Amino acid sequence: MTTETNTPNHAAGQPITIKSQSLWQEAMGRLLRNRGAVTGGIIIILLVLTAIFADVIAPYTFDKQSLLDANAVPVWITKLFPSLKDYGVINNKYLIGADSLGRDLFSRIVYGTRVSLAVAFVGPVISLIIGVIYGSISGFFGGRVDNIMMRIVDVLYAFPGLLFIILLMAFFRTTLAQPPEGTFAYYLGQLDAKFGGLLFIMIGIGLTGWETQARLTRGQVLSVREKEYIEAARTIGVTNSRIMFRHILPNILGPLIVVETLSIPGYIYTEAFLSFIGLGVNPPTPSWGSMISAGSRALRAYPNQALFPALALAITMFAFNFLGDGLRDALEPRLRGTQE
Amino acid sequence: MLAYILRRIIYMLVVLFVVSGITFVLMHAVPGGPFDGEKKLPAEIQANKEKYYHLDDPLYVQFFSYLSEVIIPRVTTDAPTLLSNDDYLLTIKTGEHWFKWMNFGPSYASRSRTVNDIFRDQLPVSFQLGLFALLIAVTIGMPLGILSALNHNKWPDYLAMSVAIFGVSVPTIVLAPTLVWIFGVSLKWLPPTGWGAKPPFVLGVFPSTLGWDYFKYAILPAFVLGFGSSAVIARLTRASVLQVIREDYIRTARAKGLAERAVILRHALKNALIPVVTVLGPLFAGLVTGTFITELVFGIPGLGKYFVISISNRDYPVIMGTILLYAVFLVISNLVVDILYGFLDPRIRYE
Repeated sequence: MTTETNTPNHAAGQPITIKSQSLWQEAMGRLLRNRGAVTGGIIIILLVLTAIFADVIAPYTFDKQSLLDANAVPVWITKLFPSLKDYGVINNKYLIGADSLGRDLFSRIVYGTRVSLAVAFVGPVISLIIGVIYGSISGFFGGRVDNIMMRIVDVLYAFPGLLFIILLMAFFRTTLAQPPEGTFAYYLGQLDAKFGGLLFIMIGIGLTGWETQARLTRGQVLSVREKEYIEAARTIGVTNSRIMFRHILPNILGPLIVVETLSIPGYIYTEAFLSFIGLGVNPPTPSWGSMISAGSRALRAYPNQALFPALALAITMFAFNFLGDGLRDALEPRLRGTQE
Repeated sequence: MLAYILRRIIYMLVVLFVVSGITFVLMHAVPGGPFDGEKKLPAEIQANKEKYYHLDDPLYVQFFSYLSEVIIPRVTTDAPTLLSNDDYLLTIKTGEHWFKWMNFGPSYASRSRTVNDIFRDQLPVSFQLGLFALLIAVTIGMPLGILSALNHNKWPDYLAMSVAIFGVSVPTIVLAPTLVWIFGVSLKWLPPTGWGAKPPFVLGVFPSTLGWDYFKYAILPAFVLGFGSSAVIARLTRASVLQVIREDYIRTARAKGLAERAVILRHALKNALIPVVTVLGPLFAGLVTGTFITELVFGIPGLGKYFVISISNRDYPVIMGTILLYAVFLVISNLVVDILYGFLDPRIRYE
């Protein structure tokens, strides 16, 4: 490992030395040699493209309804599930069939990518910002501040996570649904409605997901701040915030990225789970979770309505898990196997 | 050690106090009350109901009277009544006196039941489900982890770790409908919904009948719930075994000519499984508290279902009771694990 030589040489205007680049390049090389991680990465890129070009890919809009085609199934699915032949509306208008309201399942899955990916990318940003700021303040100042701040995190850890987020969502959904016009809550509610209910999910995920980051950051900061180069920076009179952002943060970035990537599947799942129990996105915004929920109610009659969104969700979580695993092996070989 | 445990218990109480405080505030911040139905009640009836349940008191009075009902034990000469505000989780008769402890209050939504009734009837189901899930997680996870560590970087390792990634990537809401469809609907091997045990339960938690009629309901949901955790256990076991077989004492054991089998079983695994055993506590708490998707899909009458319903009903005592119960589960299992760690690994000492 070249960690010790990794002291980034960021002093005014100096070019970054080759050695400090080589750590990241080396990690990149390790990552690219990992077949699972590369596959995961490619799938994620494809998913991102799907989300961006959803309007082009999807043959219908996600709320285009045609009640005559309710629960329609194409011919190839009736071959897969022969029992469907007896009662299904069989036509080839839809690639994988339509849901109980006559909306194209495929289009809804395609649009659903947006919701899942938005959570996958914004969730980590929120929890990173809160967690890193919190954890670095705690670790940097140490002593009593550290003690109090970490006890608060401990208390939050004792909250049963899923129950807490359900309660939080119930609070957001009802309290901020019709606040008096002109207040902050009102604009927040408006913004949330614009995003189809996604904003509150992200806030909820951010509020419940930052504790791990905070603990990790604190631990890393504690171990890094005793290093000689921090002492050197201090002796030449560098300010606290500059030490934090220029000297400490770049050095603890690796583990943070790894843990954050590995927690993305959890965020995606949380959104799907909330939509599953009806506290997630507002209909008709499609979410894989709410599609699985609707589909599993008709599981006996139309298995395709639950299985395809379930497949989409599983593939996405696979991709992020593989990438996260690869990143961990590449950036932090010592962490291997210690993460969930 | 005793001082350490005492300090931890005091700290635990503080945590529970804060958890109940946050829950109380959050739940009362959600607008609407438990008696807002489709049809609006006449104002005086509404007021009467609120008065009966003390909902017209200031919030802090409600909070502290709730806590005192739960925490402070009562010793009275009155025999327990069937009133909904006189139901204690623990009621013991000693001579003339009744010792009563932990009154979690009535349920507003189902008027003939108390929160304690819900605990007595529904919690055991969630508990059994969690226990089976843990068993499945361990029986799949540990061998998988050991296998993959002993064949480090060979095909069994890759295979086992692929299964583990599969386990963490396929969430409950995907696995549950899929398995119900395969085994419940198509093959008809197992019932797609339901639970095989009814109250009363043996010792308050265990089913009174065991047999195929019971297990056939438990297999699918327990597998669905436990599979994800088996991946966690597999990864942890693998990492732990890998670390231990590089230790000096393993080399010593090999050097003195012990059979490979004895080295692995007696020296490596015994030490490698300590961290795995200690993760079981929080895992179990997580399984018991995380059952509600499984309960929802499989139509199991467990506690999770009540929690989700109680929020939309503004059934304050049920919300408080469930969250507190789960939190107690979590903190106690963490404490047990920390104490257990000290016994299993003598190198760890608590001040």
